[in-house]
Amino acid sequence: MKKKLVLVGNGMAGVNVVEHVLKLAKDQYEITIFGQEPHPNYNRILLSSVLAGDTEMEDIILNDWDWYEKNGITLYAGHEVTRVDTEKRKVYTDNGLSVPYDQLLLATGSHPLMLPLPGREKDGVIAFRDMKDCEAMVEASRKYKKAAVIGGGLLGLEAARGLLNLNMDVSVIHLFDRLMERQLDREAAKMLQAELERQGMRFLMEKQTEKILGEKRVTGLQFKDGSTIDADLVVMAVGIRPNVRLAAESGFEVNRGIVVNDFMETSTPDVYAVGECAEHRETVYGLVAPHREQGAVLAKRLCGLDTPPYEGSVVSTKLKVSGVDVFSAGEFNDQPDTRSLRIQDEWKGIYKKVLLRDDRIIGGVLFGDTSDSASLFRWIRDRREMTDAIHAALAVTDSSDSGISPVREMEDADQVCDCNGVSKGQILEGIREKGLASVAEVKRYTKAGSSCGGCQPLVEQILQQELGEEYDRENASRTPICSCTDLTRDEVVEAIRQKRLTMVKETMNVLDWKNPEGCPRCRPALNYYLGMVWPREHEDERESRIINEQRHANIQNDGTYSVVPRMYGGVTSPEELRRIADVAEKYRVRMVKVTGGQRLDLLGVQKEDLPKIWSELGMASGHAYAKAIRTVKTCVGADFCRFGTQNSIQMGIDMEKKFEGLDTPHKVKMAVSACPRNCAESGIKDLGVVGVEGGWEIYIGGNGGVNLRGADFLCKVQTSEEVMEVTGAYLQFYRETAEYWERTSGWIERIGLEAIKKAVVEDQENCKQLLSRLEQVLSSRRDPWKKDASDSAIRQSLYEESRVSVSAEHGREGDI
Amino acid sequence: MREVTIGKVTEIPERTGRVVHIGNLELAVFRLSGGEIRAVENRCPHRGGPLAEGMISGGYVYCPLHEWKIRLKDGKVQDPDSGCVQTYPVIVEGDEVKIGLRENEEFRQREEETGLV
Ligand code: SRM
Ligand SMILES: Cc1cc2nc3c(=O)[nH]c(=O)nc-3n(C[C@H](O)[C@H](O)[C@H](O)COP(=O)(O)OP(=O)(O)OC[C@H]3O[C@@H](n4cnc5c(N)ncnc54)[C@H](O)[C@@H]3O)c2cc1C
Ligand code: SF4
Ligand code: FES
Repeated sequence: MKKKLVLVGNGMAGVNVVEHVLKLAKDQYEITIFGQEPHPNYNRILLSSVLAGDTEMEDIILNDWDWYEKNGITLYAGHEVTRVDTEKRKVYTDNGLSVPYDQLLLATGSHPLMLPLPGREKDGVIAFRDMKDCEAMVEASRKYKKAAVIGGGLLGLEAARGLLNLNMDVSVIHLFDRLMERQLDREAAKMLQAELERQGMRFLMEKQTEKILGEKRVTGLQFKDGSTIDADLVVMAVGIRPNVRLAAESGFEVNRGIVVNDFMETSTPDVYAVGECAEHRETVYGLVAPHREQGAVLAKRLCGLDTPPYEGSVVSTKLKVSGVDVFSAGEFNDQPDTRSLRIQDEWKGIYKKVLLRDDRIIGGVLFGDTSDSASLFRWIRDRREMTDAIHAALAVTDSSDSGISPVREMEDADQVCDCNGVSKGQILEGIREKGLASVAEVKRYTKAGSSCGGCQPLVEQILQQELGEEYDRENASRTPICSCTDLTRDEVVEAIRQKRLTMVKETMNVLDWKNPEGCPRCRPALNYYLGMVWPREHEDERESRIINEQRHANIQNDGTYSVVPRMYGGVTSPEELRRIADVAEKYRVRMVKVTGGQRLDLLGVQKEDLPKIWSELGMASGHAYAKAIRTVKTCVGADFCRFGTQNSIQMGIDMEKKFEGLDTPHKVKMAVSACPRNCAESGIKDLGVVGVEGGWEIYIGGNGGVNLRGADFLCKVQTSEEVMEVTGAYLQFYRETAEYWERTSGWIERIGLEAIKKAVVEDQENCKQLLSRLEQVLSSRRDPWKKDASDSAIRQSLYEESRVSVSAEHGREGDI
Repeated sequence: MREVTIGKVTEIPERTGRVVHIGNLELAVFRLSGGEIRAVENRCPHRGGPLAEGMISGGYVYCPLHEWKIRLKDGKVQDPDSGCVQTYPVIVEGDEVKIGLRENEEFRQREEETGLV
């Protein structure tokens, strides 16, 4: 019979042990996992990226529900284990469940420390530990503006950066006179603070919080020195405490953490602990790399295999804040018996310090350029003696031209990715046997670099060293369109022009696509580029468009579609509303909803009804499904509003009529407001127009979606004709230079506001040419709904379904 | 096995899926660029996406909802995802397209759905 392995704590450390056990001895155990959080195991490290808006919650799931099922693991998510009975060998949960075990593994992680300040129970006072906290911060950022983060350590700064991205004003309160005092020396801390201030963080140093102010919800903080600040969100990030309650109450030996020996065994037979809750040789580790090392030893133990003991880890720290590269490991403060190597380049913002004792490397700090971090870390771990070669390698502030490559010195067994425990040897194996050739591929197949991303430079060096000539640096850091080709957008567009390619399939053939019929990433992109380069010659290829554009409607989660007719400038009429109402009733539309784009959406429509609905509505397509011009939102403006300076409604309607349905690299949203109060939200649109006394201001590159971005001021013009011209030139310039799937907000960051200003405003000649190329495209547009509704062949092949009714004995009665 | 005629080859547009209802079965039928015709259940194993609406590339279809890649020959979901969708034999006779069904398959499906089996 299989033995019963019970894991308490469905987090990174515990599940990692289970993964090892499954690999080593799949059938030895019947496994049960309890987790207090209602989620499958996710990557806690990446909560910072989720908060910063770089990743989605669902993308940080490490083991999805299926994984548990496939491996025969019983998962109780949302259950807290409250008691262990070591006599009966059973665990009990808060829901009254009890499960017997043969081997019990505790991986209960830790709790965030909450300072015992008066007022800490108020709404809006939270920690930064789990998905729930992350959601609470995102939620708060929608309603509130001012955030205070208590604690200027790693977690506090990552939280603060995330809150900045969520557009909050952020103050960081720190007890000490320098940030990350446990990882950085004074010099690096100073540079870090300056950089973060530049990014918009405010710091209150050497401040001790005394009291949290407010009624039900927090409104501010009061400090020991009597000063106060306003805050409607307070995040405490002052440290963590191992979660040992269950262990203590069950009678296992507990100190700061659950005490374990070199094989992760607790004081009680058949009970083990791993991760942040475990204390090994008086040390509790709060980073995943050491947990992995512990887990590898423990898993072997559980499977009855020989293993060397776990003897502790050297840890290193990286701060995951974009634009800031900080690394620290080992000792870094000068002592009487240490010497140090110090390099400071204030021009490039680089600082490196390496601490030596008896000429051996025992620690260091890197700021600004962390490309040496992996080798430095290894030198620290091995206590390597300082040599001229190492000194020379460190002394260059751009490691790309240093003579020695740190990876060359690594053994195959050396770990490259500390988060996922991937060694240099495993990566080499992937390169040699699976033909991995880029950082992205290595990430996919080996997991190296997929968690915190810190080892990516090292992975790149390994690729470089192994593939030599084949792998030139440029080649891999540039982004090909998709995995079907190695060519970038610019190269493909160039080839389309040079070789006069006009069809998707031909392009893939001529350019040696690895996947002869492409994929949903490259085919729509090629179809767009072809149409952009050859507006007359290219024949649009419907099967290469994204599904929504093929059907001219948005597909829904249940396979039905939605219909959003155009309402120019957000203006409608009783007559139009009546038609919409009639159609909605006749086709039993599931819901009629006002969209965020100032128009109406008919949701839950059967595919077969689409063409009928379109002709009965008699309205133009709103292109709510397309990478094209979407909406032009307007405010009521001078016609009605007491502050209005311009006729924003008419301006919006004119723009929408002129540009509707124009294909663009990604969707384009516009808005016109009649005064700086900006009720049409012109400041977060791809192009926003704001009426002012005597003219219009034009803003570009705004985005209200995933990566919120305020638009940049482009220019001020006097007449509505000029608004049209600038808009047209801007749209065409975007069409010609952006990557497919790239919103104007990303594009503007990539090519720069100045370049756009020059092309569409300053260089009059260029502007004229852009407009004339645009006219060619505009003149060939046709409303897609009208086109499809009036074409019976298309209706039949693309919208209708076949019904074959069968009686039990014989063939077919229905028709296709 | 029983064969059910669903129509003519030319009625299935190339590289665009067609939904075919047979009794209570809902199939997605495809004509690949090489000319082969394939039929699978019109339900993605991920979250039930309508595969007939998916993009077709070579012998694969990408689900329109979250782009799982499925091999039409055997219904196998490709890495990094996993799972399988039911496939149906396709017989082309002249210009007629027929689907092979196990006896009473279209009714069995209904019974399974209503919990009778
Ligand atoms: C219907 C609507 C929601 C609503 O009920 O209000 C909507 C619905 C969808 N949005 Fe949206 N968005 C809608 C307004 C917005 C807005 C607000 C706005 O336009 O003022 C935004 C933020 C503003 C912006 O884009 O800058 C918005 C940002 C997104 C994004 C993120 C884009 C980005 O670059 O960050 C996506 C994803 C994408 O396009 O890749 C998206 C994608 C989608 C899709 C098409 C998802 C999909 O691919 O299936 C949704 C279709 C749902 C469905 O089942 O039909 N939707 N979406 C709104 C339609 C407006 C319209 O009349 O055309
Ligand atoms: C925002 C953030 C950023 C971080 N960044 C990094 C980084 O860049 N690098 C790095 O190395 N580390 C980082 N860390 C730390 C790292 O995430 C942790 O060290 C690691 O997750 C600890 O794993 P664990 O399994 O021990 O604990 P956890 O991941 O916390 O898992 C413990 C789980 O057990 C559950 N549990 C507890 N008690 C019970 C019970 N009685 N019954 C049932 N379930 C229970 C808890 O709900 C929890 O889900 C970061 C942490 C945070 C919060
Ligand atoms: S409508 Fe937009 S915000 Fe809402 S779920 Fe769909 S994509 Fe997300
Ligand atoms: S439903 Fe098919 S991929 Fe999600």
